[in-house]
Amino acid sequence: MTLLLKGGRVIDPSRKVDGQADLLIENGKIVSSGKALTKGKTFSDGEVLDLNGKWVVPGLIDMHTHLREPGFEYKETIASGSEAAVAGGFCSVACMPNTDPINDNRSVTEFIGRKAAECGLANVYPIAAITMKSEGAFLSEFWDLKDAGAIGFSDDGKPVMNAAVLRRALEYASSLDMPVIVHCEDKNLSAGGVMHEGAVATQLGLSGIPAIAEEIMVARDLLLAEYTGASIHIAHVSTAGAVRLIREAKSRGVRVTGETAPHYFSLADEALRSFDTNTKVYPPLRSHEDCKAIREGLSDGTLDVIASDHAPHARTDKEVEFDYAASGLTGLETSLALSLKLVAEGALTASDLIEKMTLNPARILRIPKGTLAAGADADITVIDPGRQWTIDRTLFRSRGKNTPFHGWIMKGKPVLTIVGGVIRYRDV
Amino acid sequence: MKLRSKDILGIKDLSVDEITLILDTADSFLEVSTREIKKVPTLRGKSVINLFYEASTRTRTSFEIAAKRLSADAINISASTSSVVKGETLIDTARNIEAMNPDIIVIRHSAAGAPHMLASLLRQSIINAGDGAHEHPTQALLDMMTIRSRKGRIAGLKVAIVGDISHSRVARSNIYGLNKMGARVFVAGPATMLPRDIDTLGVVAYSRIDEAIKDADIVMMLRIQTEREKQNLFPSLREYAKYFSLNRKNIALAREDCIVMHPGPLNRGVEISPDIADGPHSVILDQVTNGVAVRMALLYLLTGGSNS
Repeated sequence: MTLLLKGGRVIDPSRKVDGQADLLIENGKIVSSGKALTKGKTFSDGEVLDLNGKWVVPGLIDMHTHLREPGFEYKETIASGSEAAVAGGFCSVACMPNTDPINDNRSVTEFIGRKAAECGLANVYPIAAITMKSEGAFLSEFWDLKDAGAIGFSDDGKPVMNAAVLRRALEYASSLDMPVIVHCEDKNLSAGGVMHEGAVATQLGLSGIPAIAEEIMVARDLLLAEYTGASIHIAHVSTAGAVRLIREAKSRGVRVTGETAPHYFSLADEALRSFDTNTKVYPPLRSHEDCKAIREGLSDGTLDVIASDHAPHARTDKEVEFDYAASGLTGLETSLALSLKLVAEGALTASDLIEKMTLNPARILRIPKGTLAAGADADITVIDPGRQWTIDRTLFRSRGKNTPFHGWIMKGKPVLTIVGGVIRYRDV
Repeated sequence: MKLRSKDILGIKDLSVDEITLILDTADSFLEVSTREIKKVPTLRGKSVINLFYEASTRTRTSFEIAAKRLSADAINISASTSSVVKGETLIDTARNIEAMNPDIIVIRHSAAGAPHMLASLLRQSIINAGDGAHEHPTQALLDMMTIRSRKGRIAGLKVAIVGDISHSRVARSNIYGLNKMGARVFVAGPATMLPRDIDTLGVVAYSRIDEAIKDADIVMMLRIQTEREKQNLFPSLREYAKYFSLNRKNIALAREDCIVMHPGPLNRGVEISPDIADGPHSVILDQVTNGVAVRMALLYLLTGGSNS
């Protein structure tokens, strides 16, 4: 099976390539890229796609998703999440361990792998729990989980409140060359809060989660990483202070990488004035100043990754009073378009954006993805940068329809998602 | 003139003209409650549901009496637990009520925004009788009615609101309303009970009661909830009473003709000393009387009444 992608703008940060070229795919691998690859050859066994005006980029990687299975299949399954992934342009997703049971042992990791293989759409990489049941007390079996297919560790959704426990996790994980992904939140400071603490929360009478609940833990975790010499990845950065701390730590050589999600640079806490429970996310939507700082952090490289923090919920979880609503938004099918706005607005170059959605997450997760080099797996996303479309949650593949972006008019859309040389999503 | 919205969700949404309309209408209803036959046929055939998800005696009774004096049928539903605990969602409860075709639903709920959710879903008029720490519009309206009747105006007055501002829907609604009507609002409470960025609401905040009540025309004391002690918002009731209560000594800082208000229920000896609560400055029971008139006015205006 041969596939020729002709005439697209190939953007491959792994090789610092950005220009018009063809891409030849055979047997699930990238054979070559360049100009006029098939000149003089006949091309019978395969498909030729003319991609003039489109971007051809390494298959997007979303390193922070919640696929909800096992345990919360009414919110999402690995199959429905995989469909959403490829429809959103993602060839690979890493899924967080806060399922039921928690992914803190080999059998859950293997179950996820098996389910993902059954539906066979996207590459699904399980992230296992740092601590047993993500309770923050005792380490899970890192070596065994790695052997079973886990590619990193996180207690996402919860912080590891005990610094000594996280210290040991960082030391132990670094001996396996595995990433530790931390959810930074001081639970005592955030207790009872449902939105960002500030003027809007004060006006709405909703309990606040102060920015320092995140920043104090970011500071602590950076110190732990520096002290142990281990690498650390800070998930879903939402505040200006956290960006500043990571920037400063990077300048001192701390092995830290930072991630944010599209909603943290697309919406501020003002959006909660409607009491729309789809605006309830975790960490919460912050102030306009924080949004601006997140953009700056992306621009100057402090933040390495844009991940969706895809958190699908059922209607029953969201159609309740704001205080009781589940936190999170469904992000796989809107993440790219919201991120493309950063390019349109000049905050990022196209190449910078693609790097944060391909090469950087691949490096952090130590997976052989995020490149269009010859010999690599043919994971490729084709983006139509000019396509206008309207976000319509009723059309989502994800079971979670919980988005505050319903009705937004977007420019730029994934139109072709190729995983291992096979077209898994097509809108051209 | 009529109200613009089908609902009364918060003072923040009301214009100065609407507030004035409600207060004028309430003034005219005040007399009904003094008659021997305390009933007018205005809302005969209308029904009002009081849906209370939080315990309330004063507010619920006030709405019930208001409805009955206008000849509407009043039905009280008190859910002792939240909708989530009870198993039926708030939306389902509301849709069931809607199916019985009442005209107005009055809701009190511990979650901010709950009345807004109902208002967007139901065709009935929704009156917010208190949502979490967000708004309590009928309380602010009865407070403004009381201030206006005692002082003849609201504009230009200095109002001090003292207590747990963070958790008070009464404070928020009054701040919105009094600012719109031209008063100057000062708030005071322990620093732990002043919410972040409170100045964005257009008030001056102090962490000492004396600074706020100095030369005040109106001193509004808020109820302190004793469980806040466990959240480290103040060290002890004893200390709170000693440093944040309104008493015979510090009331001398306010204007001689000041009035003292409290939304109730009182913690005598905690936020207000008994002799002040019962003293000549106190208009606390006037507030309760006016509450019925304000709620009659709202029921009347929301069912299509006008001041013409």
